[in-house]
Amino acid sequence: MIKIEKLHKSYPIGKDSLHVLKGIDLHIKEGEFVSIMGSSGSGKSTLLNIVGLLDIHDEGNYFLNGQLIKDMNEKKAATLRNKFLGFIFQSFNLISYKTALENVALPLYYKGMNRKQRLEIALEYLDKVGLKDWANHLPNELSGGQKQRVAIARALVTKPKVVLADEPTGALDSTTTDSVMDLLKDINNEGMTVFVITHEEEVAEQTKRIVRLKDGVIISDEYTNAAKSN
Amino acid sequence: MFDIDRWREIFQSINKNRLRSVMSGFTVAFAILLFTLLFGISNGLGNFFKGAFADDAQNSMFVRVWKTSKPYKGLQTGRKIQLKNKDYNYVTEEYADKIEYQSTRIYKNFVIKYKNEASTYSVMAVNPDHQFLEKTMIDEGRYLNERDLREKSKVIVIGRLIKKDLFGEKPALGKRVNVNGSSFLIIGIFSDDGGDNEERKAYIPVTTSQMMYGNNDYISQINLGYNPKLSTNEAIAFGNKMERDLRKKLNIHPDDQSALSIRNMAEANQFVSTVSLALLFIIIFIGSGTLIAGIIGISNIMIFVIKERTKEFGIRKALGAKPSSIVGMVVQESVLITTIAGYIGLSLGTYILSFIGNSLEEKYFIKDPSVSSGVVIGATIVLIISGLIAGYVPAKKAANIKPIEALRAD
Repeated sequence: MIKIEKLHKSYPIGKDSLHVLKGIDLHIKEGEFVSIMGSSGSGKSTLLNIVGLLDIHDEGNYFLNGQLIKDMNEKKAATLRNKFLGFIFQSFNLISYKTALENVALPLYYKGMNRKQRLEIALEYLDKVGLKDWANHLPNELSGGQKQRVAIARALVTKPKVVLADEPTGALDSTTTDSVMDLLKDINNEGMTVFVITHEEEVAEQTKRIVRLKDGVIISDEYTNAAKSN
Repeated sequence: MFDIDRWREIFQSINKNRLRSVMSGFTVAFAILLFTLLFGISNGLGNFFKGAFADDAQNSMFVRVWKTSKPYKGLQTGRKIQLKNKDYNYVTEEYADKIEYQSTRIYKNFVIKYKNEASTYSVMAVNPDHQFLEKTMIDEGRYLNERDLREKSKVIVIGRLIKKDLFGEKPALGKRVNVNGSSFLIIGIFSDDGGDNEERKAYIPVTTSQMMYGNNDYISQINLGYNPKLSTNEAIAFGNKMERDLRKKLNIHPDDQSALSIRNMAEANQFVSTVSLALLFIIIFIGSGTLIAGIIGISNIMIFVIKERTKEFGIRKALGAKPSSIVGMVVQESVLITTIAGYIGLSLGTYILSFIGNSLEEKYFIKDPSVSSGVVIGATIVLIISGLIAGYVPAKKAANIKPIEALRAD
């Protein structure tokens, strides 16, 4: 599903440049539940941004669903994101003036679906994350955990191939963290590829494969007990 | 262009960010309001200037004489100048190709009497062309004609208000009135835009007057209408030349304004057009300045708004929004706000102008301030275009920010 070969990325800082990713090789197959671990500055967010087509790599090859990602412009990237990817962010990134239902329905708008249909589907997904009764509330009327579940519903509503989660539990307490992780597990059990970035061991341990990054290189890549027990 | 979902997005964005929308709308509405008022008031000033000279024909030239104020060729100061028929004939023959209308004028003040009603009125002895020079409008009957002059008929054309004074509501045409002791037949009744004074006048044939009162060939004034084919400058030159010729002929010092002068409408016309041109420049300068200030205002607000929404755009892009859809959304919103706000400003301005109406004419020389529909349409188009630009430039910039950077914005 995701195949990365010798990926390099550096950011210009003044006259110098900061070499963030120094040759990453990673292959994630369809249906995997992978977490990327690493301390801040290890390059894990950069990796996710590149995988999520939010940023462009300098060198190496990246294949998404078998398609080589090269010479991307914003328009192409937008279409691919809408088609293949679902995002979950640490800070939820809900649009504040839209209700939970409208937030979930937004990706379907960019897919070109009609209003009636997309609100129907959005409600279905809100129900799936247990927030059907909160459909018409604005984000600031929801708790952190609820917001993240709205964001998860929004990420899933287009039935993406891969769900990318950037520190999805970073802003949550332990109880809500568990409920969010349970949701992600459910998603994965339905066959969706889930790609999580975290610095919390407990979170990473609930995934099936942990990739550890340090200073822009992969230092370990192993399957967890959760994977073995399955 | 018409995409119901797009409009829904825009209305939601406007509705949920009311203060922002109202603020940006206010800038535009205020600029357009000022523009409309300014434009209307300048128009009103222009109207007043045009109207101030509308009483007489636009091409009229009045030759007036009085006493000399300078000695000339041994003739002393204070000599009274008298125009005679030969002067009139000289002028009309010498400059025939430059003249459209021609008339003499003798001023008299006579008591006009009908039955028991009598009053003193200004009676002018004139030629038929005088009707066009004075813009006299015949309500009933007819004006003086050449036959009246030839036959020295005792006929009179009276003003609307003389008729009202002497006859009230009763018919006057064909009746005889007593003018300074002689019986005159009323052949016409006229009205005039020049005000009440102009309508308390009466006209009689100049030949009749010369025969009955003094039996001489004296005239008080020569009134001409210059050929409309002459340009303003040519007409002024013509007036100046005629002035010099007449002074020479009547032995007047070439610079003696008191003895003989020509009131040339061409000069007034030139003044009016100069003032109008100056006003036009002021309108264009201040008007476009106001509009530009409004456009800059909305551009600033749009820049701020877009900065505020950068993160939202980042989210939308992460969810699959193409840059064009974001630019389109912002531009459409901006155009909608500017158009509605501009329309409000325009309507308010037009309403205030119509409310002012002619109430400022007396004190401030503003007559019928208004804006033409052409200006209204033009201003609206300018608004829509400026809304387009004000939205497009910053939106394009925002849409091109990488989503990762947009998401980081706060």
